[in-house]
Amino acid sequence: MDFEYQIEGGDFTNAGATSSAVKKILKQLGVNPEIIKRTVVALYEAEVNIVAHAYRGSIIVNLEDHKISIKLIDEGPGIEDIEKAMEQGYSTASQKVREMGFGAGMGFSNMKTNTDSLIVNSSPGIGTTVEIINYF
Amino acid sequence: MKINKIIDLIEGKIVEGEHYSEENITRIFASDLMSDVLTIKTEEPLLLITGLSNLQTIRTCEMSDIKAIIFVRGKKSTEDMRKLAAENDMILIETPFSMYRTSGILYNAGILPLY
Repeated sequence: MDFEYQIEGGDFTNAGATSSAVKKILKQLGVNPEIIKRTVVALYEAEVNIVAHAYRGSIIVNLEDHKISIKLIDEGPGIEDIEKAMEQGYSTASQKVREMGFGAGMGFSNMKTNTDSLIVNSSPGIGTTVEIINYF
Repeated sequence: MKINKIIDLIEGKIVEGEHYSEENITRIFASDLMSDVLTIKTEEPLLLITGLSNLQTIRTCEMSDIKAIIFVRGKKSTEDMRKLAAENDMILIETPFSMYRTSGILYNAGILPLY
């Protein structure tokens, strides 16, 4: 099963709507609640990143019997130094993002904690791709 | 502790999820930083005390399986927030007390912290 969602940069009203939709699908499928939580927390962090940093993006969810893979592809400024972005406490988030309760430089490490596989690729000036895989 | 009892102790009021007032809460976490809330790991019925009142507070609690939220210092929830909370079977509470006072009262009343 494949699902695709579109994300608008800066749209904080709808930030999290995709994560919410994916959570409902996983619940309906009867996936273990702990795996649901890990997956949606990682996805939500990544979705908020698109809203916070990119111009727009798409989220493609692929569901198999024992696996969920989620690809988040955005058009935006990209990440200059991925290793540094992964460091806890490092953030380039705007004041607006911080006012929403994010931008503490905890997102990527929390995504790592909650995924079986996390791959981040970025081209500065073009955009970033994040791939999350969790096994059931 | 039942939500009803919590309301009495902090002179709060339920602004969404009145019908869940008999629900039991065993752990509390207090934070304005949603990034921190997203790192929480527990399977117990959890309540969040926060001064941050926006849609992402509700979304964060939805992802983190947090059942109830107390907004301190008179922070008001919006209609959009209440609607999203209702869709996710959450309880929203508002209190005039500060985060420190709210936390102190509920800690003294025996509700356990998370960390």
